[in-house]
Amino acid sequence: MRRIFKTHYNQDIDLFRDGIDRNIYCGLLVILLLLPLSVGSFWLGEISYALILSITSVGLMLLTGFAGQVSIGHGAFVGIGAYANAVLLTSGLPLPLSIIGAVVISTLVGALLGYPALRLSGLYLAMATLAFTFIVEHVFVHWESMTGGFGGMSVPAGVILNYSIMEGVSFYYLCLLSAVGALLLARNILRSPTGRAFVSIRDSEVAAQSMGVNLASKKTTAFALSAGFAGLSGALLAHRIGSLAPDAFGVLLSIQLLLMVVVGGLGSLHGAIFGAIFVSMLPQIIAVFRDTLPDSLAQQPGLEPGLFGAILVAFVLFEPAGINGRWQKVKAYFAHFPMHRKATFRRQKNFTKSERFR
Amino acid sequence: MTLLNVRDLTLSFGGVKAVNAISFDIQAGEIFTIIGPNGAGKTTLFNLLSRIYRPTGGEITFDGMNITNVAAHRIAKLGIARTFQNIELFEHASVLHNLLVGRQAHVETNVLQEMLFLPSVRKRELEHRDVAERVIELLRLEHARDELIANLPYGVRKIVEIARALCTQPKLLLLDEPSSGLNPEETHDIGFWIRDIRDDLGITIALVEHDMGLVGRVSDRVMAIDQGQMVAVGRPDEVRQNPQVLSAYLGIPS
Repeated sequence: MRRIFKTHYNQDIDLFRDGIDRNIYCGLLVILLLLPLSVGSFWLGEISYALILSITSVGLMLLTGFAGQVSIGHGAFVGIGAYANAVLLTSGLPLPLSIIGAVVISTLVGALLGYPALRLSGLYLAMATLAFTFIVEHVFVHWESMTGGFGGMSVPAGVILNYSIMEGVSFYYLCLLSAVGALLLARNILRSPTGRAFVSIRDSEVAAQSMGVNLASKKTTAFALSAGFAGLSGALLAHRIGSLAPDAFGVLLSIQLLLMVVVGGLGSLHGAIFGAIFVSMLPQIIAVFRDTLPDSLAQQPGLEPGLFGAILVAFVLFEPAGINGRWQKVKAYFAHFPMHRKATFRRQKNFTKSERFR
Repeated sequence: MTLLNVRDLTLSFGGVKAVNAISFDIQAGEIFTIIGPNGAGKTTLFNLLSRIYRPTGGEITFDGMNITNVAAHRIAKLGIARTFQNIELFEHASVLHNLLVGRQAHVETNVLQEMLFLPSVRKRELEHRDVAERVIELLRLEHARDELIANLPYGVRKIVEIARALCTQPKLLLLDEPSSGLNPEETHDIGFWIRDIRDDLGITIALVEHDMGLVGRVSDRVMAIDQGQMVAVGRPDEVRQNPQVLSAYLGIPS
C-alpha cells in the first residue's frame, strides 16, 4: 500500500497526489494521443463520442454529484449548445468562435434556469428541470426560422485554418482537447473554495449559509457552469450528428445523462468519466448481445431504453456508489491484501442528522 | 464594551410567540449562557442571532452595527459563528474540508480565477489552510484531519463543529448545546476548551446548555428563559437560586 508522506500544504492543493499519480495520468494522455495510430475509424468515432459525453458528464457531476442539485434538464443544454453552434456557423463565424459562442449561450441559459431553481430542491427541482427539457424541445420545434423545426438543420462543416475537422482523426483530437480541458477546469474548481462551497450546499445548506456561503450565488454558479460544459459537448455533438432534430435532445437524452453520473458514481470526477464511457459504449454492447439473442427478443422495440432503466435500477440497489465506488473497493482490496476487512465500506446508519431546516 | 445588543427581539409563528420581546447584552470577552426548559426558545433565539430566522420585531446590534436585516451568509464575515444542536457537518467530506468551508466568509477569489487556478488562488488556499491547521492544533484534531465525518464518533464531530466555527475567526461564537450527547469526561473537556477559546483567542462566547455543572463552571453570566420570555439574568449561582427559574423547571408555585 502506498503511503504519502506530506511535507507541504501544496501536496494537498496540487493537481496530482504524487509523482506516481502524475505519471499514470500523463501515460493515459499519451495513450489517448497515440490512439488514432492503432484504432480504426469506427472505434475512433465511438471514442470521440465517449469524450463528448464525458464533458457533459463532468458538468452534470459538478451540479448533481457535488452541489447536490438534481437535473433532468441537461439534454436541453446539450441541445442549446448544438443548435447555437450550428446557427453561429451558418451565420459565418469561424469554428472556434462558434463553439465559444455556444458555450456562452448555454452558460447564460443555465444561469437563468438556476435562478428560479434556487427555491426548489430534491424531487421538485427534478420536476422543474424536466419541464425545462420539454420547453426547450418545444422551442426547437417551433422556432423554425432559427432551427428548421422538425425538418432538421444541417450543421455546416467545421473548418479550422482551411482544414476540415469533420474527418475522423482531427475531430477526435478536437474532442480530446475539449474533454481534457473541461476535466482540468472542473478539477480546478473542485480544489478551490467554490468546489468546497458546492459540497457544503449538498451536505447541509443551513450550515453552509452560517459559514458564509451565499446559497443563491453558488447554486446559480453551479447551474451555469454545468450548463456551459453541456453546451460545449453539444457543440461537438452537432458535428458528430451532422443534422440536428429537436427530438434528439429530449427527455431520453437527459435521463441518459443522469444515468451516466449515477452509474459512474456520484461525487467523483472519475465516476463522471466511467459513466460516460459506460453509457457511450452500452449501445455497442447491446448490439453485440442482440446478435446472440433469439429474433423474437432482439427485434423488440424499446430494448435499449429498457436495458438502460434496468441498469440504473440495478446500480441504485446493489452499488449506490457506482462504478467508481466499485473501483475504489477493488483497489482497497488489493492495497490491503491479505488484511482486507469486509466491513470497511459498509454503510453506517446514523440518526443524528437534523431535518429541521428542510 | 457591549459586543451584542438585543432589544425587544420577537419572533412569532402565527399566534405562537416563540421569542417574546427578549432584551439582553453580551459584553466583549464574556461567556454568556442561555438556559431554559425544553421548548423555551433557546435555539430559536440562536437562529435569530445567526439570521436563519427573520425576527418579527426588535433589533439586533452587533459590534456597533444593526444586523437585524443582514443576509444569513454575511453574518460569518461580520464575526458571528455558530454550531448546531444536532451537528450540521458536511458528512461526506473530510475534517479538513469541513474546516476549510469555515473559511468561506474570507474567500476573495472568484470562480473564473479558480477555474484557471491562478497563483493568487493558491496563495489564498495556503493562507486558509494555515488558519485551519492552527485550529486543528488548538483542538487536538490532528488524528482526524483526513477522516470523513461519516466515519467519526459523535464526540469528535462535536469538536469538529466547534473547530469549523473557529475557522471563520469570529468575534462571537454561538455554541448550541456543546455537551449534548457527550459523556462526562468529554463534557469536562468541552468546559476547558470553552474557557481556552475565550482566554487564548479572546473570542466572546454565547452558549445554550442544559448541563448545569458545565454552566456553573464556565459561565460569567447566565440568562434563563421560559416560553419565549426572559426570566432572570445574572451570575450562575444567583440564577440557579432564582424562584422563578426553579418554577419554570420544576413547576413549583412561586
